Amino acid sequence: MSSLALALRPLEFFLTQYKRVWRGTAVTSVVTPVIYLLALGVGLGVFVDRSTDLPNGISYLEFVAPGLMAATAMQLATFESSWPVLSAIKWDRQYHAMLATPLRYGDILLGHQTFVAARIFMTATVYLVVITAFGAVSSPLGILAIPVTVLVGLSFSLPIAAWAAHTQTEVSFVAIFRFVILPMFLFSGTFFPLSKLPAPLEAIAYLTPLWHGVTLCRDLTLGDIEVWSDLLHLGYLLVCCAVGLALARMTYRRRLVV
Amino acid sequence: MAGQNGQLLIQARGLVKRFGELAAVDAIDFDLQRGEAFGFLGPNGAGKTSTMRMIGCVSPVTDGTLRVFGLDPGRDGVEIRGRLGVVPQQDTLDMELTVRENIVIYGRYFGLPRKELGARADELLEFVELTERANDKVEPLSGGMKRRLTIARSLVNDPEVMLLDEPTTGLDPQARHVVWDRLYRLKRQGVTLVLTTHYMDEAEQLCDRLVVMDKGKIVAEGSPRELIERYSTREVVELRFDESRPDDFGYWTDGLVNRVESLPDRVLLYTDDGDAASHGIHERGLVPESVLVRRSTLEDVFLHLTGRTLIE
Repeated sequence: MSSLALALRPLEFFLTQYKRVWRGTAVTSVVTPVIYLLALGVGLGVFVDRSTDLPNGISYLEFVAPGLMAATAMQLATFESSWPVLSAIKWDRQYHAMLATPLRYGDILLGHQTFVAARIFMTATVYLVVITAFGAVSSPLGILAIPVTVLVGLSFSLPIAAWAAHTQTEVSFVAIFRFVILPMFLFSGTFFPLSKLPAPLEAIAYLTPLWHGVTLCRDLTLGDIEVWSDLLHLGYLLVCCAVGLALARMTYRRRLVV
Repeated sequence: MAGQNGQLLIQARGLVKRFGELAAVDAIDFDLQRGEAFGFLGPNGAGKTSTMRMIGCVSPVTDGTLRVFGLDPGRDGVEIRGRLGVVPQQDTLDMELTVRENIVIYGRYFGLPRKELGARADELLEFVELTERANDKVEPLSGGMKRRLTIARSLVNDPEVMLLDEPTTGLDPQARHVVWDRLYRLKRQGVTLVLTTHYMDEAEQLCDRLVVMDKGKIVAEGSPRELIERYSTREVVELRFDESRPDDFGYWTDGLVNRVESLPDRVLLYTDDGDAASHGIHERGLVPESVLVRRSTLEDVFLHLTGRTLIE
């Protein structure tokens, strides 16, 4: 039996579990972009557009919307792979129920991450619809921002899942949100170009998967493709995912196969 | 459940499980035949759970050989697990899902088709008397109901062998009897049961054959009756004292009993005739606060083999 076929089984569990809460998350995934776009794109944007010239004469709304889409995926992915993973190992122990059946740790990892990817896909789709309605998408290539956003999410959720399968307590999750995710959210080119950062911070920001994701999403929604640099962004995200997957396989095995 | 009784299902030779320096299971041998109810009896930390986890192919064997259905857990874990039903020590039910959903989704882990699983879940819920709670969430169920649900869930794939790790630990007496009753029915239907327990009465009620484990080793093996005959006497006199407990019982019991076991809270006299022994010591002038004559149990076997009680 191939691992993909087996991974569909834990995926089915997480979808079944999700059915209980989907209404709440559906509302959130519509309301969140609307609020952000009203406050930043429309509200703050008025001042920004008056005083600065963004590249190619785009509006601040057009600048910030695709960035928010990628950054939201990062936050959702980080959440979905932190507490739920540790809980499935330690508190609710659903992983252990699965391990008593034909499923292996790798199938469980793959199934859970597929669920996270599906969640991001749904959220990203809603996001794209909303920002399009706000007039922030000027190219049909914008549709490709959805898979890119999924990739951005996975480039966070895989290493976070790796960490969650390694750590003994949830205390580090709050620290990750506060000291890793929040600074990335603010300083990875979502709200302003990296060139405005002091040089050392700018260098660090280039290393974050979020910056690559934000830039790629923005190029797609604006239809402003630069083939080589965009392929580089894509490649960087794929490498982050591959490294995250390798780490997660290692920590899942160490934690679950004892 | 197909197959012939007496067929060898599980075989262990020199089986070892080590965690760092600690040998949790230290070179044990055992055979298990189809249709048997086989028990691992021992205190906490004896290595029972580690053994069960190796049989269940969730914990790699450190050394020695283990064969389940003639297959190698290290290589054929997927196939072996597909033929086992596992009731873990700690519940792994999903609290957010309903009772029925828990069984259905668990069946999906085995790749069973959804449309068969509905009927299967109803049948299993009836077996464990949870039909009325089918659409309730798991969270508010009592400990005994959760255990029954875990048992029902473990039967979803019609397993050839059930692995039950301390199936009634933490349950009140009434709930324990309900669980025992269900397990007894399964045994009569020909399901092979492997269970661990630190309750003597559980082992005596359910096991055809058992091994006594202590500190990772098997210290005795046999049917409950054989073990009692071999390592204990027919009856036991339990004496409890207030302040006037003698330090040495040699004088009081000499010639009346086979053996004396002195525990902090009571003194046990091993003899084939408990009434005669209690009468005898009374005649010699020993007056305990209370005297209880009872039949020998596996607890006495364990005490004799290890010098310790099972639940400390």
